[in-house]
Amino acid sequence: MTQPVSKTSVLAGMTSRALVITGLVVIVAACLPMVLSSYQVGLATEVLIFGVLAMSIDILAGFAGRTSLGHGAIFGVSTYVVVYATGQAGLSPWAGFALGVLAATAVASIFALLAVRTSGVYFLLLTLALGMIVWGVCLRWTQVTGGENGMRADVRPAALMSHSAFYWAVLAGAVIVSFAMWRFVRSPFGLTLRGIRDSESRMRSLGYNVPLHLFIGFTVSGIFAGIAGGLYAMFNNFVSPSTVALAQSVEGVLMMIAGGVGTLFGAFVGAAAIIVLENIVSSYTERWLMVLGITFVLIMIFAPEGIIGKLRAITSRKVR
Amino acid sequence: MSEPILTLTDVVVAFDALRAVDGVSLIVPRGQRRAIIGPNGAGKTTLFNAIAGAHPPTLGKIRFNGHDVSRLPPHRRAQLGISRTFQITNLFPTLSVQDNMMLALRGLKPKKFSLFGSPDPDDSEVTRIAAALNAARIAERADIIVKEMSYGEQRQLEIAIALVTTPTMLLLDEPAAGLSPSERSMIAEVIRSLDPAITVILIEHDMDLALGLVDYVTCMFEGRVLVEEPPEGIRRNKQVQEVYLGKPRHA
Repeated sequence: MTQPVSKTSVLAGMTSRALVITGLVVIVAACLPMVLSSYQVGLATEVLIFGVLAMSIDILAGFAGRTSLGHGAIFGVSTYVVVYATGQAGLSPWAGFALGVLAATAVASIFALLAVRTSGVYFLLLTLALGMIVWGVCLRWTQVTGGENGMRADVRPAALMSHSAFYWAVLAGAVIVSFAMWRFVRSPFGLTLRGIRDSESRMRSLGYNVPLHLFIGFTVSGIFAGIAGGLYAMFNNFVSPSTVALAQSVEGVLMMIAGGVGTLFGAFVGAAAIIVLENIVSSYTERWLMVLGITFVLIMIFAPEGIIGKLRAITSRKVR
Repeated sequence: MSEPILTLTDVVVAFDALRAVDGVSLIVPRGQRRAIIGPNGAGKTTLFNAIAGAHPPTLGKIRFNGHDVSRLPPHRRAQLGISRTFQITNLFPTLSVQDNMMLALRGLKPKKFSLFGSPDPDDSEVTRIAAALNAARIAERADIIVKEMSYGEQRQLEIAIALVTTPTMLLLDEPAAGLSPSERSMIAEVIRSLDPAITVILIEHDMDLALGLVDYVTCMFEGRVLVEEPPEGIRRNKQVQEVYLGKPRHA
């Protein structure tokens, strides 16, 4: 067997080309606060946080073939717990953050227990319904969640008060989490998820316990969604039922689709596209939702594989 | 002779009122090459599903290698050494041949739960995958995406996947279905050169192909065992000719 030299792992399995590209992207991203206004830095922070959420959805949608409409709720549970723990319970932001991720993981594992035996539209509907339950609880359990008014707390640690400092912290977090997710989908376990996507019956006959693998995949994806939710709590210092609402899940899924299902890092591109569009277009017209809708229709017609998916297809055609 | 590897006792698989397999008893000695033949709808594939666990038997017992597997789910049976191919090609179409083999190999290993581990195969995996691909004669196709392979190659990959787990018993469900004559002889060659220690049960419509490969033949008809004989006898058996060709009519 011949192994090309450039294929050998430079850092934890990355090719040198991927390493250079990643390095450049991170450096450019790190320089953004020097050229952007503080409002724009806020938007960039939001892009990173929702990019992580969209990526966590892509683990299931792009690799296990299960699109979840419950990840907004998992994300929001973490936000609620972080805000509650630091505001009402008086814990430190870091302890609150850990609790938030833990709670999101627990909720994800409950979702997973119920949803792993379904696929296709049933999986979609079941995760949607589970997310709605979480939303209902957050809306009605007024003594704890503040009901419709939500809760406010100074979650962000003092060291990260400035827009730029917080942006850099989120960027560092996003890089670490993205790397972990990238390792996860490429790992031997990640391969089993792709196998389940392609043929469940074959996986079973090969000796795989398919529901168990989906359960683990869903739970791990929930951890990452929880991290995004915890960061969002620090970003916003505020949480309300709209954070756990269906719209949040849908937005995450749309970001993933816009970037490209199964591309993983496309999630950041999709998040950037949607957040920038939302904020720019809404400053010009009240009908910004219509513009967003038309944009989606156009993406689906001209690049159904998503922005990154399309770019990859174009570049690989050129190489050939 | 040692204990038979597979014993079926009065196995029934019923779908509501329809008894697709209706009281089949079967004894397969270790290392035998066995063909199951019979016209369409005789219950051959359903019997395979009962043995492999996709449709556990409604009634009756299945013993494999000293274990009662009648109620075990498919993955537990795979762990005991039952491996199968599918009549309708059932592969991972968007993955490479190499990834298909890796999934096949790791099905029974704890490595499948390595959440953040390296995706590359280790040395022993490389050796075993190469051996199985060689046995199925598709060694040079390891980096191809499965959906880009020809149908014949996909059938070969089916066998390679079933082989890489080093099974004790291999169930081949119409391995040559839909292939051209030259591809058929290639598949026959692959089956003939399998390790003699592996027990092979084969469903095949092509009598010439099947009878040239096996030591013993079970002919099924309407869910029951009609005849069990060595291949030479089957060719001349009146009952077998009747179920395949219809009863001779006397004027």
